[in-house]
Amino acid sequence: MAAPRAPLHLVAPRWNAGTRGIRGLSRAAAPEGNQKKGRSLLQFLADRFYDVQALREYLLRKQAWKMHQKNRPFTYIRERYGPYAAGAYFILKLGGAVKFQGKEWIRSNARGHFSLDFLKLQTVPVEAVDASGCAVNYQGLDSLLALKELQVLWLQRCPHVDDWCLSRLHPLASSLQELSLAGCPKISERGLACLHHLQNLRKLDISDLPAVSNPGLTQILVEEMLPDCKVVGADWARGLKVGQEEQYQDITSPIPA
Amino acid sequence: MLRTASWPRWGRTLLARGLGSRRGGSAPDQNGKVSEIKKKIQSVLPGGAWNPLYDTSYLPPEHSDVVIVGGGVIGLSVAYWLKRLEKPRGAIRVLVYSRASTVLSVGGIRQQFSVPENIQLSLFSIEFLRNINEYLAVVDDPPLDIQFNPSGYLLLASEKGAALMESNVKVQRQEGAKVCLMSPEQLRNKFPWINTEGVALASYGMEHEGWFDPWCLLQGLRRKVQSMGVLFCHGEVTRFISSSNHMETRSGEEVTLKRIHEVHVKVDHSLEYQPVECAIVINAAGAWSGQIAQLAGIGKGPPGTLQGTKLPVEPRKRYVYVWHCPQGPGLETPFVIDPSGVYFRREGLGNNYLGGCSPTEEEEPDPGNLEVDHDFFQDKVWPSLAQRVPAFETLKARSSWAGYYDYNTFDQNGVVGPHPLVINMYFATGFSGHGLQQAPAVGRAVAEMVLQGHFQTIDLSPFLFSRFYLGEKVQEHNIV
Repeated sequence: MAAPRAPLHLVAPRWNAGTRGIRGLSRAAAPEGNQKKGRSLLQFLADRFYDVQALREYLLRKQAWKMHQKNRPFTYIRERYGPYAAGAYFILKLGGAVKFQGKEWIRSNARGHFSLDFLKLQTVPVEAVDASGCAVNYQGLDSLLALKELQVLWLQRCPHVDDWCLSRLHPLASSLQELSLAGCPKISERGLACLHHLQNLRKLDISDLPAVSNPGLTQILVEEMLPDCKVVGADWARGLKVGQEEQYQDITSPIPA
Repeated sequence: MLRTASWPRWGRTLLARGLGSRRGGSAPDQNGKVSEIKKKIQSVLPGGAWNPLYDTSYLPPEHSDVVIVGGGVIGLSVAYWLKRLEKPRGAIRVLVYSRASTVLSVGGIRQQFSVPENIQLSLFSIEFLRNINEYLAVVDDPPLDIQFNPSGYLLLASEKGAALMESNVKVQRQEGAKVCLMSPEQLRNKFPWINTEGVALASYGMEHEGWFDPWCLLQGLRRKVQSMGVLFCHGEVTRFISSSNHMETRSGEEVTLKRIHEVHVKVDHSLEYQPVECAIVINAAGAWSGQIAQLAGIGKGPPGTLQGTKLPVEPRKRYVYVWHCPQGPGLETPFVIDPSGVYFRREGLGNNYLGGCSPTEEEEPDPGNLEVDHDFFQDKVWPSLAQRVPAFETLKARSSWAGYYDYNTFDQNGVVGPHPLVINMYFATGFSGHGLQQAPAVGRAVAEMVLQGHFQTIDLSPFLFSRFYLGEKVQEHNIV
């Protein structure tokens, strides 16, 4: 907040205009050149505080609306071409890749364009989805959860996938075999706790999750929770100090071999 | 007459010209000084905040449109929704804040209730919590992290309660909750650490259930509500000044309608009080709402009449214990509620758990203080825990605390809405232990009632005060 220009007092102001000039008291520090231009721009913005605040709120709302639009349900495609095509269209539109059963990976090119051939495959289930880096959020998962035979799901580095989204993955429990959550900034160990519904999971990647408080301990707990699954991620020995281990060895081994 | 009409205009221009005609400071500078002087004059005139004799800034203001008694999560939620749903009027609210049970809560949220309105309230509240950073966003403040654990609730039922549980689950599914029923074998497969002896059926909430940090929600609400212009003050309500109106109903009965005009707020550690004139009073005082209602004269009358119906909310002390058990259930542990009333949940990653039990009517502890009874854990809680989860036989109690339930002795469900006789007092209390999980939705319902006169989104008419007089119980079976 800008400091008040003059203290509030009921004294008659001094009217010696000669030395003060047009800016009055704000000229007291006598800024020159660039500093003066910078100051007057800041002053301009500070005078219009509520307008700037309204502008910022508008920009935030616009951003939220854009996210909402990206994750909207494609009900027309779903009704016309089936849930698999709708899910595939959703992922391709966000910039990810889709693999139908028995076909190759379909990916959008650098410009975001992709061929619409998959719309003919109405009964072929989607086998794998690569949504790395895509802006999928809680609402967008609606389209993904309709893919009942999904086996591989890659959600690496998705900025909006959080614990709430993980709690929604349980309908895929019967088919999902590989899940990758590497690098998602919003996922914490609380969301990983609800992955125990996915009993068919064989490969889980939880590396590089910045919001997880204790990666080594979390790795152990997740391994205990999903005994049939290979959990790739944090090295559980990472947090341990090397010095203590050596000391322990010295005490236990009686004679150095 | 013409002269008197024109005099004020003439006088004002003279004043303006008088100030503006001074040679010296330029126009922008002059305008700043003039507005400062005008503000100063306005504060001196009656109605302003300037007091030449002594400093009164610690007292609540003298006028307010709405006074909310109670600064816990329900009171703050009502303030938030009032400010959000009002047509741009900038009405001032004042909160009288004395004590809140919110931060002592275990923090769970579930949809496994038997009354459909409770399920709808929880569903909206979970949606509020999921989008909390959109609802409670304050410019330039960091986003809130309520640390939600979406691990779900697991309610176990014995043979006796199995039929009731099935019908409850049907109602829950109809309202949109994602709950699945499990047999004892399925339970053993999913959670091998459970001893399913005595369990006939279990209902497991898959989504939208779990626990979170209530302190964070409270702080977020408080920050947002302050940024919306609500005034907070510390104090205690000691008196209501009201006026009565004798009216006749259509059938000729005599009815006395009361209207509260002033709330006397006493400052802590002092005898000083401030009379706050208000239009509407909202009783969100939690465990102490019964006392506040008594101050307003609710319940003073022959028993059996509407005047004699008291607000049946009283404080009940509940204990929460924290223990450590290294071989205990793992990361997937949901919030487990045993048929005997004992509950527990996982806390953090270090094999710590917290839980407790609601005592029976005969064993109710004295709510005078918040001292914890450790024998209660030894005698009542631990045996049931060890029986249900054999690993808990080797647990080690770490710490404990106690908090108050605003227990509704009538039917353990909330009281929401206006009082039929004291026409400007609204209730939002009596949730008997599940106030935290319904707070956002209840706040919205009360705000709709105050601003529009009826419930708009969720119809809470079964929860009005009049049910105490009419004797219509809305019994909630799944109370912990």
